[in-house]
Amino acid sequence: MEVVQIQRTLMDYTKSLFMEGLLDSQFLQLQQLQDESNPDFVVEVVSLFFDDSEKLLNELTIALDQPSVDFKKVDSYVHQLKGSSSSIGAQRVKNACVAFRNFCQVQNIEGCLTCLQQVKQEYYLVKNKLETLFRLEQQIVTSGGSIPMIEMGF
Amino acid sequence: MAAQGRQGGRKSNKMTALVVDDNMVNRAIHHRLLDNLGIESEAVGNGKEAVDIHCSGRTFDLILMDMDMPIMNGIEATRKLREMGIRSTIAGVSTRSVEHEIREFIEAGLDDYQEKPLTMTKLISIIHKVKG
Repeated sequence: MEVVQIQRTLMDYTKSLFMEGLLDSQFLQLQQLQDESNPDFVVEVVSLFFDDSEKLLNELTIALDQPSVDFKKVDSYVHQLKGSSSSIGAQRVKNACVAFRNFCQVQNIEGCLTCLQQVKQEYYLVKNKLETLFRLEQQIVTSGGSIPMIEMGF
Repeated sequence: MAAQGRQGGRKSNKMTALVVDDNMVNRAIHHRLLDNLGIESEAVGNGKEAVDIHCSGRTFDLILMDMDMPIMNGIEATRKLREMGIRSTIAGVSTRSVEHEIREFIEAGLDDYQEKPLTMTKLISIIHKVKG
């Protein structure tokens, strides 16, 4: 496939992630921080987010499986996940965390369990989409092209 | 802007900053935002570490202080640093949106407060408040 074609595919794919609400403008902020001296910044930060999130989701699963649930602990994990998802622009993960925290605050175990499933779903979805996006970028770079910048007005 | 990020005298005229945040994703992003503006930065993971680094004699032109952290939160750390006589610009950065919580943070001794996530625009606005 020609570089121009892959660049077009990447642009359309990235735009679709914004249109579907998976990513918000904070992701563009990250892209703007990437330059020749920090060419892998976005991948590095998003990888940190993946590692951090998987640990937190694991901790949440364990915490909600206890005979006596420590809602304060659960809330602190969700707060962390909300913070990092918001920082990288993973909008739907962040929104799912907001709903989750509401159930933590009223100590509703069923609500929390449902929200955990929802957060996991949104997380794995955005993870999958971002991995595809990075693969497309890599194809462009390998073919000698440059990664096009997304414009805000779409 | 003179920098005093090293013990025992200046090494450069670069502004220095301390990032205080328990979230490693945020630490990475804040470090890069600062780096992009030519600001040297270090990061610690909670308020106690921020106090300890100042106890060791280090000072910074700017401190980006998260609110919710384990061991010592941003409100306690800000209060403690001010009690110690630290006059650096301290900007609170948090996801909190409840007015009385933000007010409590500001009253602890902040020079500025910005809602997370931090962007380049917000950081530039904080930098303008850094004391000479």
